[in-house]
Amino acid sequence: MIGALWSKHSRWILPVAAGIAFLTFWEWSVTAWKIPKFVLPAPSLIAMAFWSDGPSLLGSLWFTTRVTVVAFLAAVVTGMTLGVLFTLNRTIERTLWPYAVVLQVTPVVAIAPLIIIWIGLDRLWLALLILAWIVAFFPILSNTTIGLSSADHGLKNLFDLYGASGWKKFRYLQLPSALPYILGGVRVSSGLALIGAVVAEFAAGSGSATGLAWRIIESGNMLNVPRMFAALLMLSAFGIVLFYATMWLQWALLHRWHESEVKREN
Amino acid sequence: MDDGSVPARPLVRLKGIRKVFSNGTEAIRGLDLDIMPGEFISLLGPSGCGKSTALRMIAGLGEASEGEIEWPTAMYDASGKPEREIGFVFQEPTLMPWATVFDNVALPFTLKDRPKGEVPDRVAEALKMVGLERFAKSYPRELSGGMKMRVSIARALVMRPKVLLMDEPFAALDEITRFKLNNDLLDLWNKQRWTVVFVTHSVYESVYLSTRIVVMAARPGRIVGELGVDAGYPRGTAFRTSQPYNDACRRVSELLDDAMAANPAGIDEH
Ligand SMILES: Nc1ncnc2c1ncn2[C@@H]1O[C@H](COP(=O)(O)OP(=O)(O)OP(=O)(O)O)[C@@H](O)[C@H]1O
Ligand SMILES: [Mg+2]
Repeated sequence: MIGALWSKHSRWILPVAAGIAFLTFWEWSVTAWKIPKFVLPAPSLIAMAFWSDGPSLLGSLWFTTRVTVVAFLAAVVTGMTLGVLFTLNRTIERTLWPYAVVLQVTPVVAIAPLIIIWIGLDRLWLALLILAWIVAFFPILSNTTIGLSSADHGLKNLFDLYGASGWKKFRYLQLPSALPYILGGVRVSSGLALIGAVVAEFAAGSGSATGLAWRIIESGNMLNVPRMFAALLMLSAFGIVLFYATMWLQWALLHRWHESEVKREN
Repeated sequence: MDDGSVPARPLVRLKGIRKVFSNGTEAIRGLDLDIMPGEFISLLGPSGCGKSTALRMIAGLGEASEGEIEWPTAMYDASGKPEREIGFVFQEPTLMPWATVFDNVALPFTLKDRPKGEVPDRVAEALKMVGLERFAKSYPRELSGGMKMRVSIARALVMRPKVLLMDEPFAALDEITRFKLNNDLLDLWNKQRWTVVFVTHSVYESVYLSTRIVVMAARPGRIVGELGVDAGYPRGTAFRTSQPYNDACRRVSELLDDAMAANPAGIDEH
């Protein structure tokens, strides 16, 4: 009985217990060893920073969230659309593929200044959006392209046998075959969108950006390390939410049939 | 369809078929075959003799390089293609893993733009034929290998085809399941009397099932002999141990030996 309860809940009891132990040790060691708070603030100080700066930090989180989510959605739409175009038309693929690769291999920090100059500091959010999109877009494109062409050969024959139209082949064969690949791309890309947004904010520096990354730099400059920690925690909390949201999406769409998500019982 | 009377026109007529693949392999040369309504024909031969190629051409997957495949009793559409009423069962179940058994069996309707109204009944009917009516909502991965094959057969039957083409459908299954599906298939065929063209490697399977066995040899693929199996249906375990069965198996084996002797390499050198 207890064993069953334990094995059911140990998944969250263990990490939570470890976390509490760690925080207690942290709180104790900071006072015991007299570590200055601009090097390592006690958890209680960070909690207070949350309390006092919470509302303004939440505003910054909202800014970063918007950039990340919009860039991510744009990456999904454009990546899939382009992936579909690539499979429909080899000429388009041959023409555009090298440029997609160039976008992918150029480090985003390196192009950030250029994009920001082009878009203008008065529309910084748009520049950030574009930068985050550049980072997030490639995994979706490449996974869609691979996925769409990975349909089972026997099923392709079957579709030919019944004289399926191009659209039906796409809708009932290629798209479902590509789904696990696309969702894999979506997961990678959601994380990259956040990284892209944060890196772009760093690159943009001051100005009109009010996102979390900028708040971290600002807190660092003012040696307000508790607030820095608070902002950092918010950022990783958001990252975790994003990660689990895409995990959930993948599970919801694949758990009935795909090897990656089905629960194996033998 | 009444037995005994010899129908005048074949359902499918292969005339002087030759197939050369783009890499230069001559898979088939000079293949003539009439497939009569209600027959259960087995194509038997060593690996690489063009059985699958022939079956696929009958199904319209891949054009013959020479010769013609006629459907004397079928309607031809505006572009001159015969309206083949066929069902095809591949060696693998070839099911869509993302779709339920129901949706898999209903696929021919989905692809052919048929009115949706009759689909549930027809799918239920096909699933009943193969004994899987309780599994309509399952996904393929929840089924055993033999059950998947049955779903594949149900899908081939759901449009009520005139000809059922089967390419080593049971080769990947264990013997017990294979015997069971052999019997089920014969029962179905005996009730419905479609025409079956069945590709197999197994002498025993071909004799057990067929009204006629066509033996092929390789390099290039061609017909080297045929044998009618006169025994009536239903056939059961008793038939498997009977004298006529043994005789037929021996004669088919001899034909097959001749086929192998015709090209001593025997196996596919590609
Ligand atoms: N797509 C292809 N391109 C080139 N050669 C092919 C192709 N498909 C088949 N062949 C060749 O055609 C010949 C006949 O092949 P086929 O698959 O019809 O043989 P089979 O009798 O079905 O053999 P098995 O019993 O092993 O399935 C073989 O020599 C094979 O190498
Ligand atoms: Mg074959």
